[in-house]
Amino acid sequence: MQIMERTEIILNDLCKAFSFLEGHANIQRQRRIFAEIPDEKRASIKEILRYLRDNMKFTFLCTITGLDIGDNFQVIYHLADDGGILINLKILTPRSKPVIESVTSVFEGAVFYERELKDLLGIEVNGLPPGRRYPLPDGWPEGQYPLRKDWHQAEEEGAEKKS
Amino acid sequence: MAKVVVPIGPQHPALKEPASFTLFLEGERVAAANVALGYNHRGVEKACEQRTYIQDIYLIERVCGICSHSHSTAFIQAVEEIAALEIHKRAAYIRSVIGELERIHSHLLWLGVAGHELGFDTLFMYSWRDREIVMDLLAMLTGNRVNYGINTIGGVRRDIVKEQADETLKAVDVLEERTKYYIKVATEESTLIARLANVGKLSKEDVVRFGATGPTARAAGIGKDIRHDDPYAAYTDVTFNVITDDHADVLGRTIVRVKELMESYSIIRQLLKKMPDGPISVKAPRKIPEGEAVSRYEAPRGEDFHYVRGNGSEKPERVKVRAPTLANLAAISHMIEGGYLADVPIVIAAIDPCFSCTDRMLSINGLDKGMESLMDWESLRNYSIEWYKTNRGIDMNKINALR
Repeated sequence: MQIMERTEIILNDLCKAFSFLEGHANIQRQRRIFAEIPDEKRASIKEILRYLRDNMKFTFLCTITGLDIGDNFQVIYHLADDGGILINLKILTPRSKPVIESVTSVFEGAVFYERELKDLLGIEVNGLPPGRRYPLPDGWPEGQYPLRKDWHQAEEEGAEKKS
Repeated sequence: MAKVVVPIGPQHPALKEPASFTLFLEGERVAAANVALGYNHRGVEKACEQRTYIQDIYLIERVCGICSHSHSTAFIQAVEEIAALEIHKRAAYIRSVIGELERIHSHLLWLGVAGHELGFDTLFMYSWRDREIVMDLLAMLTGNRVNYGINTIGGVRRDIVKEQADETLKAVDVLEERTKYYIKVATEESTLIARLANVGKLSKEDVVRFGATGPTARAAGIGKDIRHDDPYAAYTDVTFNVITDDHADVLGRTIVRVKELMESYSIIRQLLKKMPDGPISVKAPRKIPEGEAVSRYEAPRGEDFHYVRGNGSEKPERVKVRAPTLANLAAISHMIEGGYLADVPIVIAAIDPCFSCTDRMLSINGLDKGMESLMDWESLRNYSIEWYKTNRGIDMNKINALR
């Protein structure tokens, strides 16, 4: 079977299982599916991941990407199957109160990825197992989230001013 | 019996880079292990957002000193996808040739480190001597031993001429002969097998459970290889085997790596033989349009994952890097637990960890407010002299006077 056909079949299966994804998912190129989960269905991310893992052989969570897009933060879950097909699931969480649910009960390997979201963007992750922070150092000041767009590093003392 | 806690790291002779492992021992056995990371965080992702795409190639290349080509290729593939740039075949071939040479140098480096961790230092000397052959090749082809700087958006910066291709093929023949010896060592040498078999077990199910990748996954019988599953550069034009093994332990990871060397030689021969003529780069725009792309690359340690989002300007909106070590780390505690303390160094080494890759970057400037004080060289020196005087009764000032 051609790889493009397989990508389409997977997209169709995904939309069939979760009808609210209809119209929110597209194929960017062969092997790349992007889907935006509507805001009211945000809480179903864990359910979708579990379904993909158990029923569609998407057993590998590549990583989780967090982005600052203004009024919201976007979180993208990148899942791969053994055939090299990648599904990218996007959810939003409001900047004023950024909270997401941990997916470590589905993918145990997600723990470092979720700690990164917490440290670098300040997104609260409910259900994240206790443990040392990652990747910032222990003495890092409270409330400083480097990957937020409004965060700027302090000028280095004695450094030449950049034009 | 009281539980003994052994901290390994952040600085430790058995670790080549900082990481911290806290081991809870019951006798000689490790009952539980905690991993702490982040000592190499350098803030590369934030820094990428503040620089242009062209600058980012060289910054991304410095995420790792061993698999620098992996990172720069993964990054520019994503950028090229957003910009809808079609690179010439010849450029794709050159990228793959360098990528395979990098894999050879990395696997030989790993073999040496593993030999050293086992007390088999002859293996370390042999494999690092042979690694020099491939380092010289990389220097000849790219101008650099590390951080090759050969990639650019739209292609590569240096061509491979016929004389260079001939030299490469000659060197590959020598390396192949040597590798046959390493395969013999890994599969027949009884002391090595006795030392590595059943150490650091990670079953097929556990690989899936923790999301391990690369040789760590393939050593458990999972034939996952991005070059095969999601081909990039010139890998659609060559044939090769995805090496797997069923030992699911450190021995399996060793066998997978040495056998993969043979596949790399074969890939390089095929690529150099079939390399099409043509230009090596296309003109790339300075401003990359709005859009997003994911790029996956089979680095020597496993899948290297890059996500890039462009906003129509010269600088990216977001660059996300997930190096293979971070994917493998979730499994490390599991591999250590239940084993012997003496096995810990080789089990950690067996995922071929690269913590610089994993942690990316930190700028100390942002820390100014939170940091109590910084010591300059002279005061650090004085402090240590004072410390030895009060705690050890050794007066370093006498030695100082001799300087």
